[in-house]
Amino acid sequence: MVPVRLFVTDPNLSSQALHMTVLLLVAIVVAIAVAAFLVGRQRALTMASGNVRQLHSLPNYYGWHAALMASIPALILLVGWLVVQPFVLESRTLAFLPEAVTSDPVARKLTMADVRRVAGGLDVAVRAGALTEQQASMIRTELTDVRSRLASVGVALGSAVSSETLRAAQFYRAAALSGSTLRNVLTLIVAVGGLGYAFWATKPAFRARNRVEAFVKGLLIASASIAILTTVGIVWSMVAESLNFFWQYPAADFFFGLTWNPQFRGGSELGFLPLLWGTLYISFVSMIVAVPLGLFTAIYLAEYASPKVRAWVKPLIEVIAGIPTVVFGLFALVTVGPMLRDYFAQPLGLGNSGSSVMTAGLVIGILNIPFISSLADDIINAVPQAMRDGSYGLGATKSETVKQVILPAALPGIMGAVILAASRAIGETMIVTMGAGAAAKLSLNPFEAMTTMTVKIVGQLTGDTDFAAPETLVAFALGITLFVITLGLNVLALIIVRKYREQYE
Amino acid sequence: MTDISAQPMPSQSAAASIMVGSKGMKKRHAAEARFKAYGVVAIVFSLGVLAFMLFTIFSDGISAFRQAQLTFPVTIDAAVVDPTGTRDRDTMAKVTTFSYAKVLNNSIVAALLAKGIPQEKVSDKELGEMVSKSAPAQVRNMVLADPSLVGETVTISVFANGRIDGYFKGRVTRDTASRDSNVSPAQLDLADTLRDAGILSLGWNSRFLTNSDSSDLRPETAGLGVAILGSLYLMFLVLVICVPIGVAASIYLEEFAPKNRWTDIIEVNISNLAAVPSIVFGILGLALFINFAGLPQSSAMVGALVISLMTLPTIIIASRSSIRAVPPSIRDAALGVGASKMQTVFHHVLPLAAPGILTGTILGLASALGETAPLLLIGMVAFVDNYPGAPIAGFFDPATALPVQVYSWASRSDPAFLERSSGAIIVLLVFLVIMNVTAIILRRKFERRW
Repeated sequence: MVPVRLFVTDPNLSSQALHMTVLLLVAIVVAIAVAAFLVGRQRALTMASGNVRQLHSLPNYYGWHAALMASIPALILLVGWLVVQPFVLESRTLAFLPEAVTSDPVARKLTMADVRRVAGGLDVAVRAGALTEQQASMIRTELTDVRSRLASVGVALGSAVSSETLRAAQFYRAAALSGSTLRNVLTLIVAVGGLGYAFWATKPAFRARNRVEAFVKGLLIASASIAILTTVGIVWSMVAESLNFFWQYPAADFFFGLTWNPQFRGGSELGFLPLLWGTLYISFVSMIVAVPLGLFTAIYLAEYASPKVRAWVKPLIEVIAGIPTVVFGLFALVTVGPMLRDYFAQPLGLGNSGSSVMTAGLVIGILNIPFISSLADDIINAVPQAMRDGSYGLGATKSETVKQVILPAALPGIMGAVILAASRAIGETMIVTMGAGAAAKLSLNPFEAMTTMTVKIVGQLTGDTDFAAPETLVAFALGITLFVITLGLNVLALIIVRKYREQYE
Repeated sequence: MTDISAQPMPSQSAAASIMVGSKGMKKRHAAEARFKAYGVVAIVFSLGVLAFMLFTIFSDGISAFRQAQLTFPVTIDAAVVDPTGTRDRDTMAKVTTFSYAKVLNNSIVAALLAKGIPQEKVSDKELGEMVSKSAPAQVRNMVLADPSLVGETVTISVFANGRIDGYFKGRVTRDTASRDSNVSPAQLDLADTLRDAGILSLGWNSRFLTNSDSSDLRPETAGLGVAILGSLYLMFLVLVICVPIGVAASIYLEEFAPKNRWTDIIEVNISNLAAVPSIVFGILGLALFINFAGLPQSSAMVGALVISLMTLPTIIIASRSSIRAVPPSIRDAALGVGASKMQTVFHHVLPLAAPGILTGTILGLASALGETAPLLLIGMVAFVDNYPGAPIAGFFDPATALPVQVYSWASRSDPAFLERSSGAIIVLLVFLVIMNVTAIILRRKFERRW
């Protein structure tokens, strides 16, 4: 995937200037829209000779219609232009560059970055007064040392500018300028045209309200569809980079490799199994903590606690869920890890690492208690009272009722809750980053530091990253694996709940 | 039924009255008591761990708000800070902090001499090192802001070095100091003397809330200013992005959506997104907003976009339930007097659902405020020591956020940063408590039963 720049982010480039003109343009369009609102409303009233009853819609709807007509097409044009212009500019600028550069994607990327930087530098130089507009478009590398000229106005270039790059940059500058001018003019024409159309269309019988409401409904649908776009975005962003990774690194070695040893000089071993093992081991420990504690909490709150106790304890338990995970991470790092090391691992001779599977698992387990308990609480409460009464009537004690009547009835829901909690434990990041360690190991000792998929995603994607190297791209493969695992667990939970749910009248 | 009657019941064959407790009954009651006790133990354990965690964080972090400061008269030597004698700001700006360090060093030696405090085994240089490395810059800025100070003697409060500060907070002991190249036990002895003499004091440190992050060498000046500002920017942007979209989506799904495949897909997507690990959203942000769209890394804008996508399902779920709670009679009445469907929703249903939407939004924002993992991936963990600019351009400047600051301080090697990490959590929790209490109050105040 070749990164595409929609927004100019190079500090040397006149990004401020670009943003300002776009902002100014938007402001002008908005002003036209406001004017259109007033004009449309007035026009409707005039056409009905002041008698609102002759109008199909309330006068404001005519105003809104005019405002929408003036602004929406213009803004769509503007956004489309901003998206398309860089592509067009790039492809036309490439004509100025030598064949050797344009055929190699990496060189093309680097050279285009150079071209943009030089073009931006020329802009700065013109604004600073070091060059006149004419000089900027005419200078040649054969005659002047462009690099030092630009350095004198504070634009630092890495290497000397070749004549092709300079030519391309001058073309780029000129084309960008004319493109922007054309864009501004067209946008304003469309805005005014929209106003004109609305003015022409406004008649007493015109159904302005229906138009406006249809537009609003479109907005509502678009907002609701963002959820779909997000999922598509997630899948697309990870699939593209993962494929890129699997081109460079064999999938079989990734999925079945037993060593994780990234080397930033190449020759890395990127085996996934140690990470999967660490992830599953930590999640397993966390479930051993969370499931009994969460379930007993839920049972106590649902069956034994008086309403007063329940009203106090339930929110307090849920406070645990409201605390950011980074707080739990620090707790694992500073308190739990050293405690486990000093009181368990070292006396038992199981190692002397503060960060360990046990540390992370324990803390994630605690984090998951409220999750399991509140889901299970809801499910237990949904079991009808008649079943309890029946059990009590046969002479069962409360605990026997819970064990033999309520839990079996609530089992599918509770299984669903447990699976969801497991999925959360697998995807948990901060606690394992701070509490589990960074060593990828296949070991059974729970007091040893191990690592997880999420830790490695963070590790490979923070700091200096090179998006062409498999060591960075592997994070995307890990990400999509994680996504598939958690999604699978969520779907499984949903299926269990749907399929085995007892229906009560 | 037959197999039950076929088995003789041994306990009942004793033919006792049911009023007399049998052995089996006792066992069952014991099991009952045990079962109940498990529940109590589970709750006590969970709440106990919560209390313990909060206790350790508060006891570690509260000291970040107090800082050892040295207060002594500083003679701003004109020969050093203004060698040309012009009192001109631009020429004085050429004097580096290195010279100001000399000024401070001389002044503190003089201050000790004046008070008659013996330096014991501490050399003049080591005495100067007890002052924070940030102090020369502080004095320099002061002098450049007011050149008339040159040649005067002013009493100035500067931070003590992080190790001296750590000594008064129990982090540094004579034992660790003897193994530490940055501080010696003799300096600690002198620090005790200075404290008795009133030169050194432990006071409220408001700069913890306003300073920006600092390098590993000067933990004493590290502050949360940039992180708090970054978090405020984030929250504002998330609010602006998320609320309109979330409310619009829930209106559509509750009021307009036909029962069809598309609606089903949307529903499934929303519930799935709520369960996607947050780190995956970080990857999305990195690939989509930074690599593809080219938005600047570590900016509040990218962070807000990512967190908005994450928070959207929460807000949609909350808004939908409060829209659903508005009784159908309201809609029927509005439609009955001739309002269009759209007018019904926007003029009647939405205002009645607004308090519930507001409460849900605040709770969603509170959980967004603590989100860390996706922000790490989009580069907000980078060291930022400049404040982001004013909105709107400032939204695109590098920034950091409170939870990320907690993480980045926790990963520094100097234990002085751990104290600050816990301090940052206290600030974060204060924000969270304020937001949650606001939500509860709003809910109490506007809650309406139909």
